[in-house]
Amino acid sequence: MKRCVLQPGIMDLAKYPFLAEAGEYLRDKGFNLEQLGHPDWAPLVEKAYGRIVVASSGQVYHPEGGRLENPDMEILSFIVAVILLKAAGINTLTRRFSLAEARRAERFLQQDLWANKDKKNLDLPLKIISELFGIRVHVEDDEFVIKVADYLQRAVHFHEKEWKLVNRRVGAGLVHLTSHETVRLIRTELGQYISARIQSISLPPIPDTFKSRVGDLVTLAGRFADAPVVSSDYPPCVKHAIEVLEKGENLPHSGRFLLATYLLARGQTADQIAPLFKNAPDYNERITRYQLEHISGSSGRGTKYQCPSCDKLRSESLCFKVPECDGIINPIQFGRKRGTANA
Amino acid sequence: MLERDSALVENAIKEYYFNHFDLVRIPPKPAQREFGYQKINGGMTRHISIKDVKELHLLLMRETPSDVYCSNAYYSFPSMPMSEKDWQGADLIFDIDAKDLALPCRKDHAVSRCGSCGTVFPGSRPLCTSCGSPKHETVSVTCRDCIGESKKEVKKLVGLLVEDLGIREEEVEVYFSGNEGFHVRVTNRDYEQLESQERADLVDYIMFNGAIPETFGMKRQSSSRSELPEMGEAGWRGRVATTLFGSKSRAPKASRQVLAEGYSAFQEKLEGMRQTLGARVDPKVTMDIHRIFRLEGTINSKSGLAKTRCADLDGFDPFSEACLLGDEKVEVVASSPAVIRLKNKKYGPYENERISVPKYAAVYMICKGLASTV
Repeated sequence: MKRCVLQPGIMDLAKYPFLAEAGEYLRDKGFNLEQLGHPDWAPLVEKAYGRIVVASSGQVYHPEGGRLENPDMEILSFIVAVILLKAAGINTLTRRFSLAEARRAERFLQQDLWANKDKKNLDLPLKIISELFGIRVHVEDDEFVIKVADYLQRAVHFHEKEWKLVNRRVGAGLVHLTSHETVRLIRTELGQYISARIQSISLPPIPDTFKSRVGDLVTLAGRFADAPVVSSDYPPCVKHAIEVLEKGENLPHSGRFLLATYLLARGQTADQIAPLFKNAPDYNERITRYQLEHISGSSGRGTKYQCPSCDKLRSESLCFKVPECDGIINPIQFGRKRGTANA
Repeated sequence: MLERDSALVENAIKEYYFNHFDLVRIPPKPAQREFGYQKINGGMTRHISIKDVKELHLLLMRETPSDVYCSNAYYSFPSMPMSEKDWQGADLIFDIDAKDLALPCRKDHAVSRCGSCGTVFPGSRPLCTSCGSPKHETVSVTCRDCIGESKKEVKKLVGLLVEDLGIREEEVEVYFSGNEGFHVRVTNRDYEQLESQERADLVDYIMFNGAIPETFGMKRQSSSRSELPEMGEAGWRGRVATTLFGSKSRAPKASRQVLAEGYSAFQEKLEGMRQTLGARVDPKVTMDIHRIFRLEGTINSKSGLAKTRCADLDGFDPFSEACLLGDEKVEVVASSPAVIRLKNKKYGPYENERISVPKYAAVYMICKGLASTV
């Protein structure tokens, strides 16, 4: 993993506690794990636990009052949260936490980019993006610009038309972006970076005061472990989408759309389908339900969305064709046309 | 191809590689590239590793291939099976082919060859004029207009690469493909790591595919003049503004009209611009990061012409500069309703005629299926 040379201040570390400098800062201030195990630090452990609980529900953690008034607590609660997660050893929770922390950092990065775009302290957010993800961002006439190749390597994973290169302002090998778009581009990598940092840490013996919260995390993770029923009649693309979600990995929007439209077309209800998305790292029950109802046509303009065609899925790299798919042009036909094709 | 025809073509190619091997150029990092070749009437041999020009020369002399290819990609192990090659990167490549441009001149020199009796007849008809068979293949004969229109597409492409994508002109190499179009190779470190899907989006940019009105300030509801593109802006916004407004003085009136016509009309205008402003390249070629691409200076067996670098695209005449096979006279029987121009000389039309022509013209006609050795 890349070693940063960012020289962040304490407020920066409170915003971006996953930076390697956060650990150094705490060591320099004389904090150690044994000390944090003292009952006086119980509020810190609670804060760290709360940070994980918030993340596991698909929300983004904010300190009380929304301001970083106690930067030491912000940094420490992140570090303790990482230790609790390591001790619990549950990948789904780590992934959810990483994604939520990435979204939290994304918000700060965006603010820092925008607020400081004409000042010298723009250095830090730009350095974070450059050092951690290898993207050189420059400021040009109040806008942020990155190289076309850097843009394509990230934007190609977004399916909305406005992210296509042809719909961006491009000139002299650079793509022009807002601060929001700049940090949106690196969200996935930021989550992966935080997750890799957590994975790379070796777990020290943990204080007894941490142990009950570790047990609570195991119980919490149980909520996400309900195995959805997967029918053997499903086409391979749908099975793949379910498997990705089961592993707690991120299924792209187009994959979720496929799953929802397919199951709706097979006669399942939004209530029956919603639990399948429980393991998604950014799961939010309310939003999931709203989107399922929208797709089913029971809310919004009443348009019932159709399952995407095999051609469309192929172009989105969501097709995992098997011989039984021969002769079908839409996943809905899987199994129905099969008999005819073999006849 | 008949055996006696292939012997003539093969000898002409061997003689070319013997006399003009200096025209065959290997791109940078040859030891990391995969090479491949075809022989007349033979299949493709690929996954070959060649470390330098000398080794290539030996291969050309030993095998006399009809077509020679080299990967745009660089690998750690180029001669291993594809899954084990360890892809390291690839040049950006583009293919512009006259037959994909739907040019009006094509109907004037379209020729068909019956798959049953071999009769050659003008145009494209459902049944053979001689035996009535429905089986026939289209023979691609290229004219100056085809080349001229292809050059226009090359210029559009190079303009987009340089102005929009920041690629330096010296990093762009333009080649006549050896048959009906042009190849463009870009060697730029920023772009060599792009994967297939990323190259697909880049091609959409080049072709102006997938542009939405919102990008140009046109919304479904309440668009404002200030959000429309301005002439002089970089990239597609600038080009669209120039097409919409024509001149700065016309811009205020024209923009009012654009707004009045609304979203759908704007969408149609964009579609029209896609046809005229986008560079019409073959997207499959650019997206393919494992492709083996014809090697510079080698003969194209579809025509007997050589893939040739175009230092001066405007002045480049493929029918002279890429026509490099020997010129001693050869007797053939030719059936060509289309006129063929090579080295500033006309050949044809012929109607099953025994003729004596330079070897390069004989090979051209044999490769196109329009002639056979006596």
